[in-house]
Amino acid sequence: MSKIEVKICMGTTCFVMGASHLQELVEILPAKYPDTVDVMGVPCLDLCSNESKYTNAPYVKINDEIISDATTEKVLKHIERLLEDGQE
Amino acid sequence: MDKNNQAQHLKREILVRTIEAFLSDNYPENTRLIAYDMRPQGCEVPYRCCIHKERDVIQHRIIANLGLSMEEIDERKLLSDYAKKALERTEPEKDVLTVLETACQACVPSRMFVTDLCQGCVARPCVESCKFGAISIQNGRSVIDGSKCKNCTKCMQVCPYHAIVKIVVPCEDACPVGAITKDEGGHATIDFDKCITCGKCVAACPFGAIHEKSQIIDILKKMQEGKKVIAMIAPSIAGQLPCSIYQLHTALLKSGFSEVVEVAQGADITATNEAKEFKERMEKGDKFMTTSCCAGYNNLIEQHLPEIKPFVSSTKTPLYYTAELVKKDNPEAITVFLSPCVAKRRECLDNPNIDYLLSYEEMGALFIAKKIEVSTLDPTPFKVEASREGRNFGLLGGVAKSVEVADAGQTEIKPHIINGLNKQSIRELRGYAKKGECEMGNLVEVMCCEGGCIGGNCCVNSVKTASKAITEFTKDCKPLKEPPTK
Repeated sequence: MSKIEVKICMGTTCFVMGASHLQELVEILPAKYPDTVDVMGVPCLDLCSNESKYTNAPYVKINDEIISDATTEKVLKHIERLLEDGQE
Repeated sequence: MDKNNQAQHLKREILVRTIEAFLSDNYPENTRLIAYDMRPQGCEVPYRCCIHKERDVIQHRIIANLGLSMEEIDERKLLSDYAKKALERTEPEKDVLTVLETACQACVPSRMFVTDLCQGCVARPCVESCKFGAISIQNGRSVIDGSKCKNCTKCMQVCPYHAIVKIVVPCEDACPVGAITKDEGGHATIDFDKCITCGKCVAACPFGAIHEKSQIIDILKKMQEGKKVIAMIAPSIAGQLPCSIYQLHTALLKSGFSEVVEVAQGADITATNEAKEFKERMEKGDKFMTTSCCAGYNNLIEQHLPEIKPFVSSTKTPLYYTAELVKKDNPEAITVFLSPCVAKRRECLDNPNIDYLLSYEEMGALFIAKKIEVSTLDPTPFKVEASREGRNFGLLGGVAKSVEVADAGQTEIKPHIINGLNKQSIRELRGYAKKGECEMGNLVEVMCCEGGCIGGNCCVNSVKTASKAITEFTKDCKPLKEPPTK
């Protein structure tokens, strides 16, 4: 199974709306899932540019899925689900 | 409570929308419509009892963003009228905070409470431990007599079942000086004679009911009028956004400022003067000196701790020196301080060289509204580049460190850091003043916010990452003074 790819949007909007605190994932994830998850902060994913889309920032992309209103807990839960599904 | 929560998210979203409305072709009407755009007919009601209350709370937040006091609002007027009213004032309003009564939960008063977990045990440590005789056993259960209870929490600590809890009112609990009380309706009110504008209540309220009165409309208006608006950026700003301070410089120029000056430049002057003063005081026989750059601490001294005055450095704040320099060179310009905290609002109101304050949160909202992507911008250098120590002022211990560097080994310095003002640290400071000495050190750095300025309540980034970013940036900056050659 290929690694799960977690991209935290570090664009201005996401950062101000809460991604600043998602940066902890960069430390949490490699410690928790050293072999199964890759995590990185990436430049603006351009998900907020449509009208009022900043409402749902910050965004995190896990593989090809987009998590809106992302929180550390939400991202962790999603990864757990993916890992469980992968094992079945 | 984690700073990054939904109340904070909501506050920032409304800020962005207020700015967008101002920049649109119909500012008053679009301001009025914000609440309806955010909560359109038939939408889900995320927080309050009904959609009308949701909208009402949003509107009251907008009123605070417009820089007006909730306390003086006539509910019969339209929000668009208030948007216009915000344009009329020529200087910002006093009293930097306002309570949004609609948003305030009117929490039950703070008290000790025996829960159903009480087993009515034989040992009864709660009864024994209560020094005020407030606890008795009725129907096999502990009961607290509110008229005798002093909320000392002793009973809570000794109960083996954790059956006794303290009901807290978060804003009251966070206030280090007892400036928040309840009105007859149970809503929070702020006594501005006591309030040191530290902003801890703003961060503590889970309903986001205490709000700063923003000056963003005033600043945007000046920019729109084509005035020369100069940004004076606090040192702590360097770690706030995912970009270098030079890119941030470009972003501020793009967002409407004519010029950007580092307050770290003034911090260099503060450090130099404070080191000189420290040396003089120690030679004179003083046992300790406290720093004087924190606005929250300065308010505390004036309003609650005058006895410590003889031990407080008379050196001015970095912002004071910076604003003096900027106004001297640009007497016609509008000066805006970019601030990590609420407390500086009072300092800005009191200093004629500083016209307005923009918090980091508001700056972030401004970038979002103007669609400025900071990390993609080219860097712009500063006319005057500040020193490493000046740029480290916003870190915990940064001020004391800068004094040490400026002193260059002439005086024996033992720093002691007060990391955040709260009831306990205030007691500690009072003790030093009374004794005339501080056994922990001779240079006492006092920071109102935990973590120093980067822990300020208007900061966007977390203390940990901001601190890392600043340290990384400043390590190659020029030192304030070359270390003494041994």
